[in-house]
Amino acid sequence: MGALVEEFPVILGAFWLTVRLTLASAVAALVLGTVLAAMRVSPIAVLRGVATAYVNTLRNTPLTLVIVFCGLGLGLVLDVSFSESLSTNYLWLSIIGLSAYTAAFVCEAIRSGINTVPVGQAEAARALGLTFVQNLRFVVLPQAFRAIIAPLGSLLIALTKNTTVAAAIGVAEASLTMKSLFERHQDSVVAIFFGFALAFLVLTLPTGLFFGWLSRRLKVVR
Amino acid sequence: MTEAVGSTSLVRLENVNKHFGALHVLKDIDLDIARGEVVVAIGPSGAGKSTLCRVINRLETIDSGTITFDGKSLAVEGRALAQLRSEVGMVFQSFNLFAHKTILENVTLGPIRVRKMARDQAEKRGMELLERVGIASQAEKYPAQLSGGQQQRVAIARALAMDPKMILFDEPTSALDPEMVQEVLDVMISLARDGMTMLVVTHEMGFARRAANRVVFMADGAVVEQNSPDEFFTNPGTDRARDFLSKILTH
Repeated sequence: MGALVEEFPVILGAFWLTVRLTLASAVAALVLGTVLAAMRVSPIAVLRGVATAYVNTLRNTPLTLVIVFCGLGLGLVLDVSFSESLSTNYLWLSIIGLSAYTAAFVCEAIRSGINTVPVGQAEAARALGLTFVQNLRFVVLPQAFRAIIAPLGSLLIALTKNTTVAAAIGVAEASLTMKSLFERHQDSVVAIFFGFALAFLVLTLPTGLFFGWLSRRLKVVR
Repeated sequence: MTEAVGSTSLVRLENVNKHFGALHVLKDIDLDIARGEVVVAIGPSGAGKSTLCRVINRLETIDSGTITFDGKSLAVEGRALAQLRSEVGMVFQSFNLFAHKTILENVTLGPIRVRKMARDQAEKRGMELLERVGIASQAEKYPAQLSGGQQQRVAIARALAMDPKMILFDEPTSALDPEMVQEVLDVMISLARDGMTMLVVTHEMGFARRAANRVVFMADGAVVEQNSPDEFFTNPGTDRARDFLSKILTH
């Protein structure tokens, strides 16, 4: 217990990084996933093909590989740089990896949401003269999103936990910090472990509850 | 009523063919609809009436033949097609009101997003149209809170909000409880009186008699006969039509 109290500022800082990693990746994944879903239902075959290939590749690649590719491949080999500071640079590279990976799952969730919208809704929008993009934006996607709020919540929980993989390229989020605390406080490893596990619960449990509530509140009545 | 109808053709279908897989749903359809004309398509189910309705705004594609609307050949895709659709209203059997939008938003979406009308102007016009179909007091509700007849009247107002040159009605009363059919037909009859060009797929023979300039009888994907409603109902020219009428008019 003493170790937890003593290292509290360090732990708090690590979890703050976890939260920032999660939020930045979530926003980017939501945007990219929506674009991918729009491509997958578009009338243009090339766009459908590209999005399908993307989803199948990213969804079937282990996240660790994606993150390591971003860190070593993009960072070291291709020399992609966002900042002079090495740690900030790796933070951005891990955000790219996390959002690229999560976007594939977001895309599939949105696509299943689109399937819940009766085809007559899109037909009525087409009959009014809305273009494909307007149809998605004003009629289909608003209804699709309301149908998949709960699954999106699950993706956000998964993403929160997946940020720990960023430790693989040295981002000092919660799990990497836990590892270094283990080394410093070898007599209180169990306490530190439970402390970190509990902190993750504090992040993810409310997420699940909130999204469940939101999903009931925004449900489209037919 | 025929003399009120303009002589220029608004829609012309020539030699139109359409298949659903092995099923030949439209067979060499030739059809002209004049400006201001009210055409009722009737016939047994599976005759291709709904498909006929849907090919005119290209919700269904055709395999061969040509369709011209207002002198222009039907666009294949993109903005030109959206433009055509904005000029042809459509009322569906299952209403298809946007479930996540209020009644007023349903009526203003097209004018605001397609016609680029200012919101307050679109809302003012929307309320006038809702008034006209008798739903103004429900403007802030959602579609699921309205009865079927009310929803269908909103769908008609939604189509009218685009100031269409024509409205297609695809079995507009078939999904309604019997006591709600008349309120929808009343709105349609008043539209017909005001000179709206209409193609109506329906089983409501009373509507055909009262409001139609012409009845088109379809069976097995082909136009079997067409005539004025009086002539068609009292003196059908083909055995197929006589047989159909005997089944629906005897009881």
